[in-house]
Amino acid sequence: MIGFLDSLLVTVRTALRRPVTAQYPDPSKRQPVAEGFMGFPALTWDEDVREPYCTGCMVCVRDCPTQCMSAVMDDNPKHAEGASRRRKIVREFEINLGRCILCGICVDVCNFDAIEMSHEHELSKYERNGNRVDLTRLLEMGRAYQRETGWGPSQPKKNSGVPVEKPAGEREKSAGGAAGR
Amino acid sequence: MQFQQQPAQQADSLDLMVNMGPQHPSTHGVFRLVIWIDGERIVRAEPHIGYLHRGSEKLCEGEQYGQIITLFDRLDYVSNLNCELAFCLTVEKLMGLEVPDRASCIRVVLCELNRIASHMLFYGVFGLDAGAMTPILYGFRERERVQSLFERVTGARMMHNYIRVGGVKEDLPSDFAERLGELTALLRAGIDECDELLTNNELFLSRTKGVGAIGGSEGVDYGLSGPSLRAAGVAEDVRVSEPYSIYDRFDYGIPVGTYGDCFDRYYVRMEEMRQSLRIVDQAMEQMEPGPVSAKVRRIARPPKGEAYLRTESPRGDFGVYLVSDGSDKPYRVKVRAPSFANLQALQRLLRGAYVADAVVILGSIDIVLGEVDR
Ligand code: SF4
Ligand code: SF4
Repeated sequence: MIGFLDSLLVTVRTALRRPVTAQYPDPSKRQPVAEGFMGFPALTWDEDVREPYCTGCMVCVRDCPTQCMSAVMDDNPKHAEGASRRRKIVREFEINLGRCILCGICVDVCNFDAIEMSHEHELSKYERNGNRVDLTRLLEMGRAYQRETGWGPSQPKKNSGVPVEKPAGEREKSAGGAAGR
Repeated sequence: MQFQQQPAQQADSLDLMVNMGPQHPSTHGVFRLVIWIDGERIVRAEPHIGYLHRGSEKLCEGEQYGQIITLFDRLDYVSNLNCELAFCLTVEKLMGLEVPDRASCIRVVLCELNRIASHMLFYGVFGLDAGAMTPILYGFRERERVQSLFERVTGARMMHNYIRVGGVKEDLPSDFAERLGELTALLRAGIDECDELLTNNELFLSRTKGVGAIGGSEGVDYGLSGPSLRAAGVAEDVRVSEPYSIYDRFDYGIPVGTYGDCFDRYYVRMEEMRQSLRIVDQAMEQMEPGPVSAKVRRIARPPKGEAYLRTESPRGDFGVYLVSDGSDKPYRVKVRAPSFANLQALQRLLRGAYVADAVVILGSIDIVLGEVDR
């Protein structure tokens, strides 16, 4: 009997507490995601030269455990004009977010700071393949993430697309496949 | 189906066959239990598994070592970090890799927190199995706290992919020690509150005491491990008997039960959470600044050979057997899943029990179907 009262006491104590459960879509009660939260991957945007960081090198595509991405590489017209340091640029990029398992491997392997785990995590569609997102959408997600967190590349010197004046003879490094981290 | 072909001498034709699951709320996943009852007593029980089979072991053969960690996340999806740890330790053993001290400390802290989160889930659903509605709310509250910290550290609440071959993915956030301090204080109070809420409740006691008892030696024969075995009085814990990582550096107790019944299995876990908190505190004290990952190539290529390593997951003895052919993908991965082995004892535990206790007994061995079916 004592034990029974014991547990009843806990119940009474908490009965006087304010409720902690909130109805889901209520925006005022939304829990913010933690800093460093891994949502769906998104492509980052280089504001200085107005192009994506991504060169379409396909390293992430090959290392993705669920094979949910695809990318197509193209010559960068801006490089030809001398406006960008990136020799190659991504033309098409697709991620099937319905298949993505949010593992973050693509971010780890990318040498160009071109892909980040955004804070986007609420996606639902009526079709099974409704979450295939293309380059435009990925860049939108990425820009939203960049604005939200003030993101900057982890290796700005190496990965920025801003052309630099270099003494003649020095090899252009940024667009080549750099060594892994 | 197999159960229809069973000869009549085991189950009398007068016995009633009752089918529980696979879509049954108290089977903790998709698990089917067929029981034959004679009046109120269970004559025979037969677990049917495989509804969550994803072929993880086979999938491992087609993935690189770094990618396999994501598959291990999804084995025991209630204690992901413990599974990751087991796999990474096995690869490191095969490669002869030395893990930096800080990385080991981080791993231990997070794995023990994960153990608490896992046992808190057990606490909640076990209360539910025994007919108490509220414990699940308390259990989930504590689990939620742990998961919020995980979200901050690893970026994900459940499928972390944080422990990597050679160390961990990245260093802890700067406010980690502070937040962990708050968390452990809350957890200490929370565990006591949960304990108070359920443990001495007469109804709960009469539902669990003396129900589904199994002796120590019989438990060993059935291959039980983890809290389910320790409840039967066998002080076997891989962390102590075969220390892995840096578990030999800590001072903690191994809670052991006496009767091996459902209540002991429940209470051993409650005590284990308190011991886990002790380990967390000690590991935090021993943590020094330093690198969090050994120097490894991004694509690990262990030398030709094989390795087996046991770890103590919240459910028991979690072993990984790994055969490498020297390439970037393993030749064979075999998982010794504690839930699967513990499930073997279910038939024995259920025989002669009341139908109403079937769910309590099943809940008390705390299976996770992701690990049973793999
Ligand atoms: S690895 Fe980086 S640069 Fe290469 S395709 Fe992927 S996102 Fe683009
Ligand atoms: S997060 Fe993982 S699953 Fe998703 S796209 Fe990146 S590598 Fe693939």
